[in-house]
Amino acid sequence: MTKEEIIQPENLVYQKPSLMNDQPMHYCPGCSHGVVHKLVAEVIEEMNMEEKTVAISPVGCAVFAYNYLDVDWVEAAHGRAPAVASAIKRLWPDRLVFTYQGDGDLACIGTAETIQALNRGEHIAIIFINNAIYGMTGGQMAPTTLMGMKTATCPYGREADLHGFPLKITEIAATLEGTSYVTRQAVHNVAAIRRTKKAIRKAFENSLTGKGASLVEVVSTCNAGWKMSPEKANQWMEENMFPFYPLGDLKDLTND
Amino acid sequence: MSKMRGAIVVDEERCKGCNLCTVACPLNLLSLADKAVNKKGYQFVRQLAAEPCNGCASCAVVCPDGCITVYRKKEE
Repeated sequence: MTKEEIIQPENLVYQKPSLMNDQPMHYCPGCSHGVVHKLVAEVIEEMNMEEKTVAISPVGCAVFAYNYLDVDWVEAAHGRAPAVASAIKRLWPDRLVFTYQGDGDLACIGTAETIQALNRGEHIAIIFINNAIYGMTGGQMAPTTLMGMKTATCPYGREADLHGFPLKITEIAATLEGTSYVTRQAVHNVAAIRRTKKAIRKAFENSLTGKGASLVEVVSTCNAGWKMSPEKANQWMEENMFPFYPLGDLKDLTND
Repeated sequence: MSKMRGAIVVDEERCKGCNLCTVACPLNLLSLADKAVNKKGYQFVRQLAAEPCNGCASCAVVCPDGCITVYRKKEE
């Protein structure tokens, strides 16, 4: 069988989701953002919500997400995406409303908005990309930076006396009454990507059916900020990030 | 027994040469171009190995930029 015989429309098994446009993404080679963008686009397509989705983009590397996914977007001020999403969802209850935020946006400047929106039980989904560093501004220490991890602003490694401890905001979210689904996933291999897709689907369905707030944390790499190759960054994440940020569902009241 | 045969099409101008697909391929069929680069200066990925692809789509699933399209057909 020749390659030309296989490459026929009826044999297609995987292609870039049509919601993701052809504009080249500004992310560094190997960045986890691209994979999560693809998953979000696939889930919206599978739910047939292309025309009824409002997404909120953050400040951070994903600030230009509105250029890549062809749904309606609102660009929020730094950290305020959950507040903007709350307003949109209350005014437009039949829309799928989600925010897409990084750790600097969600767990640092936006901690108050995040915790309050989750605690109010707003029917929104929050996708939280945790790469333990400020990627966009050049690799500074974030609230989620691991102990001993070297960044531009803690070149000798994070120390408890000087910098305090990493913030596990997903664990905090799981203790709040308003949340219905809180999970931590990753996108370092095919199996993890499939699990993350299911988690995003569940969070989006909770947003539509009004079951309360959902938070999907995706433990991610920032190979440019960590100064590693994409492959090495995935290994480093498995060895160092997963022991501190263990994967799995922290809370799931979806079927209650 | 029939076998699955696959084929991939790489959008070489969109590829950034991150190498994640070559790691994800269970058959180790993919490799970065030696000297050729695309318009942005990235070494793009391509299938040089002669062994047939089985169309598992692992490379396309892990591709952060959605550069890979996968086709699969059952060999009679």
